[in-house]
Amino acid sequence: MLEIKNLHASVAGVEILRGVDLVVNAGEIHAIMGPNGSGKSTLCYVIAGRDGYEVTSGEILYKGQDLTELEPEERAAEGVFLAFQYPVEIPGVPNTTFLKEALNAIRRHRGESELDAMECVKLVREKTKEFGIPDDMLKRPVNVGFSGGEKKRNEILQMAVLNPALAVLDETDSGLDIDALKIVADGVNALQSPECATLVITHYQRLLDHIVPDFVHVLANGRIRRSGGKELALELEENGYADFGEAAE
Amino acid sequence: MPKQPTAVDSFPQQFAEVKFDLPGSGLAWLDDRREAGIETFNALGLPTPRLEAWKYTRLQSLEDTQFRSARADDANAVVDLIPAVLPADPERPRLVFVNGFLRRDLSMTGGLPDGATVECLTETLERDTGWVETHMGGAIENDEHALLALNTAMMSSGVVIHIRPDVIVSKPIEILFMTGLTDVPVAYHPRNLIVMDEGSQATLVKHYVGAGVGAYLTNTVTEISVGPGAVLHHYRVQEEDLGATHLKSEHVRIGRDGTYDSFALAIGGRLSRTETFARLEGEGSHCQLNGAYMMRGREHCDNTTVIEHMVPNTTCREVFKGVLNDEARAVFQGRIVVHKDAQHTDGYQLSKALLLSDRAEMDAKPELEIYADDVKCSHGATTGQIDEASLFYLRSRGIPQALARNLLIQSFLGEALDEISSTEVRKAMMDKIVHWLPAHCFLADEWRDG
Ligand SMILES: Nc1ncnc2c1ncn2[C@@H]1O[C@H](COP(=O)(O)OP(=O)(O)OP(=O)(O)O)[C@@H](O)[C@H]1O
Ligand SMILES: [Mg+2]
Repeated sequence: MLEIKNLHASVAGVEILRGVDLVVNAGEIHAIMGPNGSGKSTLCYVIAGRDGYEVTSGEILYKGQDLTELEPEERAAEGVFLAFQYPVEIPGVPNTTFLKEALNAIRRHRGESELDAMECVKLVREKTKEFGIPDDMLKRPVNVGFSGGEKKRNEILQMAVLNPALAVLDETDSGLDIDALKIVADGVNALQSPECATLVITHYQRLLDHIVPDFVHVLANGRIRRSGGKELALELEENGYADFGEAAE
Repeated sequence: MPKQPTAVDSFPQQFAEVKFDLPGSGLAWLDDRREAGIETFNALGLPTPRLEAWKYTRLQSLEDTQFRSARADDANAVVDLIPAVLPADPERPRLVFVNGFLRRDLSMTGGLPDGATVECLTETLERDTGWVETHMGGAIENDEHALLALNTAMMSSGVVIHIRPDVIVSKPIEILFMTGLTDVPVAYHPRNLIVMDEGSQATLVKHYVGAGVGAYLTNTVTEISVGPGAVLHHYRVQEEDLGATHLKSEHVRIGRDGTYDSFALAIGGRLSRTETFARLEGEGSHCQLNGAYMMRGREHCDNTTVIEHMVPNTTCREVFKGVLNDEARAVFQGRIVVHKDAQHTDGYQLSKALLLSDRAEMDAKPELEIYADDVKCSHGATTGQIDEASLFYLRSRGIPQALARNLLIQSFLGEALDEISSTEVRKAMMDKIVHWLPAHCFLADEWRDG
C-alpha cells in the first residue's frame, strides 16, 4: 500500500529526513516511535503533501503510484488521511459544513454522487455517537475553542467520516484522557480491514495496548534505525532512545 | 498641445449650464446655497494627495475623464431586472433611482406606517421646502470640503426619510441607486437626508449598483440625524462598475441614548471613497461603523472615518475587514476623537486586510485622539495572507485548493458580517460575497444561509 524508499526531505533548506525506508502493506498496523525532533511529523507532512516539505530524493509510492505528483487534496481523495498532531482552528466554518465539503469533494473526485445536507448529517451523527462527541461540537467552528482532547477526537471523527485507505495518526493519543484514548483506539480498530492500513506515531506504549501494531519502527535523526514487532515498544519504554543517539550513527 | 478640459475645469461650467434644471431651482435659499457651494469648490479645488486626509487616494479618474451632468432623459435607461439586495415585498418601500432620477415605475411605496416619510428630495422640496431648509446642512459640521461643496452646488434628488417620534418601521426600507447605460460618462450628485425623530426606529438598505460598462461618477452626500433614543440600522452595498468612480460622505449626529449602526459592503468600483463623520452628541449614544470590502483588478477602495465623542458615556465600535486580489488597493483611515468632556468613552476599532496577491496593497491608518482622562479605547490593524497551515488542513481533507481558499476568505469576512444584526441582510450580504469569490465553488447551502 505504502512504499517509502530512501526518502530524503528538507524543510526550509534543512534536511530532516535522511533516507527513510518503510513498507506498509494493506491490512497492517505500523507504529513509529522516536525522540522529539527526529522527523516523525515531517514524514507525515511529506506523505500528506504539505507545501514547503521538499522531497530531495527517494520515492513514496502509494498503491503503486508516485504520491509526490499529487496535490494534497488528490491524495486525500485517493484515500490518504492524516490526523494532525496540532489540528488547525478555522473560525467561521462550522464543523458540519467542513465535513460535508470534505466528504463531497472526495466523492466528486471519485465520481460518486454528492450527499445532501440531510444525508450528510445522518452519516455524521452516527459517527459522533460512536465517538461520544456532543452535537454542539458539530455546530461550532472547526476546532475553535476545542480543548486539546476534543481536537484529537474531532480528527478521529473526520477520519471515520472520510473512511480512508491509509490513515496516518500523528500523536493522536497525546492530550487524551483514558476514556477518550479508548474511544480513539476503537475508532482506529473499526477502520481496520484487509484493504486498509494504519500508521500511528506515538510516544507511549499505552496506545499500543489498544491499537496493537504488527510492526514498530524507531525513527531517529531522520532515518528508521530499528524495526521489530510490538515487543520493541515495550523495550523502548524501558530503555528510552539512548541507543539511537549520535553515537549510534 | 492644448490641455484637454478635465472634470475639475468643467464642473463650474456644468453648474452654469444645468443650474436652472436642478431640483428646487428658483427657491432663493437653495439657489444661494448652491452658489456658495460652487464658490467653495472653486476655491478649494479637488482634493489632492498633498492633503493629509487624501494621502493614499488620488482622484486620477476625475483628472482624465470628461463627464457630462446627468440629464432627465438618462433616467429612461431600460432596466430589465432590478438588482435589489432584498426580495421584493409589497409590504415595504423600495425606491429606485436611475442616473440620479427617481423611477416611479420601478419603485414601491407601500407598507409604511403613519408618521414615516420615504420620498425623493424633489418631492419634499415641493411639498415642504421649509422643512428641507431647516434640516439640510444640520448634520454637517464642517463644510470646507470640496466634494461636499460640489454636491451642495449640483445636488440632484436623493432620498428623504423622516420618521416621526416613536414611530417604528419594522421592515427594511430599500433604496437603489443605479448608474450607467448612458452614451458618455455621466456625473451626478445625490443628496440624501435622513431624520430620525426621538424614539423612532428604522432599517435602511442602500444599494449603489452599476448597470453598464462605462465610466461614471457619483458624488453622494448623506446627512443623518438620529434623535434621542432613536435607532437607525444603515446597511449599504456598493457594487459599482469596473469603470466607476464612487465618492460619498456621510454626516451623522447622534442624540442622547440614540444608536447609529451601519455596515457597508464594497464589492466593486474603479475608485471609491466613503468618508463618514459621526458625532456622538448625547449621553448614552452608540455608534457602530462596520464594513467589509472585496476588491480585484486595479480597483481602489478607501474607507475614511472620523468618530467624535463629544459628551460623557458614549460608545463606538468599528470593524472593517477586506480582501484584496490582483493589484487592488485599499485604504482605511479611522480616527476616533474623544473630547475633553467625554469621560467614560468606550471605543473599539479593528482593521484587518487579507491580501490574495503580492501586488495588492493596504494602507491602514488608525488614529486615536484622546483629550479626556477616564476612557477605554483600543484599536488594532493587521494585514496578512491566507494562512498556509489552515489551507493545508482543508486540502488534506480533500477540499480543492480554490474552494479551500474561498472557505478561508469567507471565514475571514464572516467575522465582519457577524456585526450585522439583521439576519435577512446578513444572508443577502453573504450571498454577494459568495458571488464575488474567484472560481466557482461548491458551498454548503446551510452555511451560506447561516
Ligand atoms: N519550518 C521549519 N524550519 C526549520 N526546521 C524545521 C521546520 N519544521 C520542522 N523543523 C525541524 O525539523 C525537525 C523535525 O521536526 P518534526 O516535527 O518532524 O519532529 P517530530 O519527530 O515530529 O517531533 P515531536 O515528537 O516533538 O513531535 C525538528 O528539529 C524541527 O525543528
Ligand atoms: Mg511531531
